[in-house]
Amino acid sequence: MTPMAVRTREGSTPDNANEVARSSGPRHDALGLSLDDVKRMYRLMLMTRLVSERILQLNRMGRTPFGAGTDGHEAAQIGAAWCIRPGKDWTVPYYRDMGVSFVLGFTALDEFRAVLGKATDTNSAGRAMLNMFSSPERRVLSRSVLVGTEFPHAVGLALALRNRKEDKCVVFAFGGEASTSPGDFHEAANFASIHKLPVVFVIENNLLAISTRFEKQMAVANVADRAAAYAMPGHIADGMDVLDSYEKTRLAADHARAGKGPALVELKCYRYQPHTSDDDDSRYRTKQEVEEWKARDPVKRGREYLLGAGASEPDLEAIRVELANEIEKAIAQAESEPDPRPEDALTHVYAEGTPRPDGTRA
Amino acid sequence: MSVQPAVRAEGEKPATREMFYAEALGDALRLEMRRDPNVLVFGEDIAQHGGAFGVTKGLLDEFGPKRIRNTPISEIGIVGAAVGAALTGLRPVVELMYVDFAGLAMDQVVNQAAQNRFMFGGQARVPMVLRTQGGSGRGNAAQHSKSLEAWFAHVAGLKLVMPATPADAKGLLASAIRDDNPVIFLEHKLLYRTKGDVPVGEHLLPLGTADVKRQGRDLTIVTWSREVVFALEAADNLAAEGIEAEVLDLRTLVPLDKETILASIRKTHRALVVHEAIKRAGYGAEIVSLIVEEAFDRAAKELAS
Repeated sequence: MTPMAVRTREGSTPDNANEVARSSGPRHDALGLSLDDVKRMYRLMLMTRLVSERILQLNRMGRTPFGAGTDGHEAAQIGAAWCIRPGKDWTVPYYRDMGVSFVLGFTALDEFRAVLGKATDTNSAGRAMLNMFSSPERRVLSRSVLVGTEFPHAVGLALALRNRKEDKCVVFAFGGEASTSPGDFHEAANFASIHKLPVVFVIENNLLAISTRFEKQMAVANVADRAAAYAMPGHIADGMDVLDSYEKTRLAADHARAGKGPALVELKCYRYQPHTSDDDDSRYRTKQEVEEWKARDPVKRGREYLLGAGASEPDLEAIRVELANEIEKAIAQAESEPDPRPEDALTHVYAEGTPRPDGTRA
Repeated sequence: MSVQPAVRAEGEKPATREMFYAEALGDALRLEMRRDPNVLVFGEDIAQHGGAFGVTKGLLDEFGPKRIRNTPISEIGIVGAAVGAALTGLRPVVELMYVDFAGLAMDQVVNQAAQNRFMFGGQARVPMVLRTQGGSGRGNAAQHSKSLEAWFAHVAGLKLVMPATPADAKGLLASAIRDDNPVIFLEHKLLYRTKGDVPVGEHLLPLGTADVKRQGRDLTIVTWSREVVFALEAADNLAAEGIEAEVLDLRTLVPLDKETILASIRKTHRALVVHEAIKRAGYGAEIVSLIVEEAFDRAAKELAS
């Protein structure tokens, strides 16, 4: 399958959007972003790529137990997450959303602590799989590994925001396209829509539910088509382009922020790595398909955009070198930290002072 | 297309081949699908991907996409469609990737699959198999590592199978597919890559018969699934100390082979129940209760005399 044509509801394509930008100033200006914003977006895209690649390398070397790569999702994640107001809006990321976590202030060290299941892991103290981001102060709700089960939680968060009169705050609920198949998504969308709750459903459509192709997951042509059933707007973005991902997510977020109810944005992208480090993707796709998508690589496109907008090669190289050093430092630091103690395995099962399953008291 | 069972002379040992547990399960599926066109398989990533643990590898090539069907992520849909297909005469074998996902489909299991025959006054049958796997030890974290057999054991109308060896996996899966009741078939994620000799061709083991995996006179270890492996190791260690432990593999928890358990306890007068799950309200408590109810007096009397 070749990369599908990307449409937006407004009828423009990213290509003619570029032409518009050339004729009337840079695209980021029109979106209210400074060149520095775009540089920071690029830095986080590159950081996401480099960390994701290192996790898989370390897994193949036997140094990490498990990975779930982000490669190909960077523009979708960074662009969408750029709409989140940290500490105000709530975020429910999904298990591939390392880029979202970096926008929200998580670091490479946080990531490697979680990947290695260290006692210092701030998501779960070494209990969860990687990418189960959790941070009450950043308003990040740890999602479930069970795909789609987080959408009703997001609706409950939105209900709580409204009951507490935090009127301008919204909930960003992330998921892959496959997570819109279980009933949880539909019940959540329906509930949110009936009660006009401020939920932004951000769907990263990478076309594959592990091995199951998009057309065997749903009969509609776009995930965004599902929004109509719940009377909410459904936007489609080129998820391989960070500015388009930002622009279309912004439309959905503005709708929810204005008190008009939930909205959905579909970010069309592609995952380069296998589903997880345990998966053999040669059983269900060709290398050629992966290469075709890599030709539209979001990190490469971000770099070309910056160079076209006046950034210099040495500037961008300095970003890469700085990130590479930070990542190697984070790996060494995380590897040197202690594993959880076996005797702590039963802590956090109940709130303190209540019995543990073995009958002792915490 | 039907395949005749291999004809063997009385007392002749069946030919065997060394197989992985995952392979033996796939062998049972393949043979049952060849034998009965009503058998079909569906679940997440079970077609060209061959299943998360490789059990359905190769089935798509042989049986095609109508009988080997990939589904979206939709546990309610998978189990609910199996109930409907079974009620109308098919024999669906469905796969849930992890037992931890069964909660998503629990109404279809507990109120629908298990009770349809009863609710229809015996006019209906629900011949389906729900295959899934559980257990810890693979670093899969909290939501991919549970042992939930006690949930299913508590529901009237379900059968529950938990094989420990490749040969048992094959023989019990074939019987589960031919059974006219809904069968929960619980595999263990760390058994898939264990090897053993498996009978070639048709191999059926009746549901509800335990297997003495090792004979002993001093102690009965009642266990099932992956713990059988550890119990046999422990029995070897005990033998070095002069203690002969009998290792009893239940193989099916429902129906339960009470007679084999009681016969062994009456011989050894000592019981140790070993299972991988939360102990509280676990299936092990059911075994202890059985022993106390039905073998304690006799054991106590014999010990006293």
